[in-house]
Amino acid sequence: MKTKIIKSLNWIGLGFLEPLILLVSGEEPRKNAMLILRNVFLPLASIVAFILLWEAGAHQLRSIEAERKIQKVLTEQGAAAAEQMRACIASGEKECKPHSLPSPSEVYEAYQSLLADHKMIAKDKKEFTEKTAKVNKQRIENGQAEILYTGRPSFIDQIGTSLKTVFAGVLLAMCIAIPIGILLGLSETLRSSINWLIQIMKPVSPVVWLLLVSMVIKTLMTDSSMDKSFLIAFISVGLCGMWATLVNTTMGVSSVDKDYINVAKVLRLSVWKNIFKIVLPSSFPLIFTGIRITVSVSWMVLIAIELLAQSPGLGSFVWEQFQNGANDSNAKILVAMFVIGGIGFLLDKIMMTLQKVLTF
Amino acid sequence: MISVLNRPNTMSENTHIHSAVNSRVKNIIEPVNPADVMLDIKNLKKVYPTPKGDFTVLQDFNLQIKKEEFISIIGHSGCGKSTILSMIAGLNEITAGDIILNGRKITEAGPDRGVIFQSPSLMPWMTAFENVMLGVNQVFAHISKAERTDIAKYYLAKVGLDGSFNKKANELSQGMKQRVGIARAFALKPKMLLLDEPFGMLDSLTRGELQDVLVDVWTKEKITAIMITHDVDESILLSDRVVMMTSGPFAKVGDVLSIEMERPRNRRTLIEHPDFYDYRAYLIDFLEH
Repeated sequence: MKTKIIKSLNWIGLGFLEPLILLVSGEEPRKNAMLILRNVFLPLASIVAFILLWEAGAHQLRSIEAERKIQKVLTEQGAAAAEQMRACIASGEKECKPHSLPSPSEVYEAYQSLLADHKMIAKDKKEFTEKTAKVNKQRIENGQAEILYTGRPSFIDQIGTSLKTVFAGVLLAMCIAIPIGILLGLSETLRSSINWLIQIMKPVSPVVWLLLVSMVIKTLMTDSSMDKSFLIAFISVGLCGMWATLVNTTMGVSSVDKDYINVAKVLRLSVWKNIFKIVLPSSFPLIFTGIRITVSVSWMVLIAIELLAQSPGLGSFVWEQFQNGANDSNAKILVAMFVIGGIGFLLDKIMMTLQKVLTF
Repeated sequence: MISVLNRPNTMSENTHIHSAVNSRVKNIIEPVNPADVMLDIKNLKKVYPTPKGDFTVLQDFNLQIKKEEFISIIGHSGCGKSTILSMIAGLNEITAGDIILNGRKITEAGPDRGVIFQSPSLMPWMTAFENVMLGVNQVFAHISKAERTDIAKYYLAKVGLDGSFNKKANELSQGMKQRVGIARAFALKPKMLLLDEPFGMLDSLTRGELQDVLVDVWTKEKITAIMITHDVDESILLSDRVVMMTSGPFAKVGDVLSIEMERPRNRRTLIEHPDFYDYRAYLIDFLEH
């Protein structure tokens, strides 16, 4: 039972909980307590320290900003107005709050308000679908288009859209990079002839890819009713992310163990059998590492690309908040930052678990 | 009775006959009937280009192997033993000369020559059974799936792996991997077996066990075989003839010793055999000069 729990924990990447289970069952209490201290408490302590440091920094920045605000009022409107402003800031009124780095508690509040906003929108959406269900049914029967909900998306909806974009991008990257990688890995001539091109393309910035893709898409897609921004966003994400998979696949395929190649030669395996039975399985670990890097790169560039492509998602959420300039906009940007970081971390963990399951 | 079988072109140059075995060793030249020849190596030459110029590993290497014969090639490391084997396997280019297998010149690798590599070279992502089936499917494409499965299972059972059909190759010990390697080679029903120091990477206990397995399977199948080794006892245990190579460069056949002990042999009967130490002394004497 115990070993079973530990095994499954290790599997899903929660191996750091192992000493806790051992401690509960009374095994080597001293050693396991030390392990828990090191693997659980110290990381938690470092997070607490980070929040404290952040709080102090935010406080410092705000008082600098407040002082500047008072000085400005003092030179423009005189001492009385300045005194009034000082009192207003001290009382924490919303309209005279200095704009700067938000504190952890403000970020938490913003997070709560985003959740509440999501609940409200979800409820609204539900009511809308219920209301229009009957009409829509009729419209479909008449061959007319459905009436769709056109309200603004909530923060959670934006996360979903971003994940969809990354997924489409990674899929595209795999579809391009793996076949080309196999070809390059198998043929040395092809590899050396295309190597420079890859070396030049690899370091190109995501923004340039986006511009390039939008040039092509805008020419090819003249139908204005179609959603170009999503197309542009996911293709750019795919093009930015695919290089790691391409390079790793090429490397994996070209460095298949000579012994396996000899076996394939002795057995006179056909080209296809050779690729699917020998080459691909033996280079699978490297290919998968490439895909893992592609996923994390795609997630990283996604925000910048969505921001510029006007494609809905976390990127455009951040951009809207930045443009918005409301009292809690800065805090909402930080919420987005943590959500982006957390999801990136989670994606990597999922890929790592997948790799463990699939690799020999 | 021990007889040293020297080929005509090598006899005059290298005849090491130890005084202790002298009385029991006799040189005979035995003509081979062309119909009995399975493998004919003629004036084989191998040159490796190096930055300092060409390096000739082998030159004028001649050897004829009869059907159902088991030949060992021994020699010092670096003398080109493995080069010969990989050329017979078709995995290494021939610089000059011919290798003729059953009347046909060898130009490329093929499943008519089953190779047992020094490292087992199993696909780690496949099970023991799938590793054997990879070859069986290729060679016996014309027979039914059930028959192919039977072939693979038969040979895996023969090498003592009845219970490990479905174990992944990377879960097997080194010795078990090499057992699969042996099964894989025999299951192809090749014209020839090529063994490249098959037990070189194993500890001595496992090596003994696997030598017995090999003797056992080979005695039933009688496939013409060439084994590269530098283990003198191993070569005596398994072979009909032991070919001794001169040290490279320009290596060639130095001497040939016929092992005329009755079969079946095993490690125990071998060391109890009255002639064993004479054979051993003869081979070691060659290697030390």
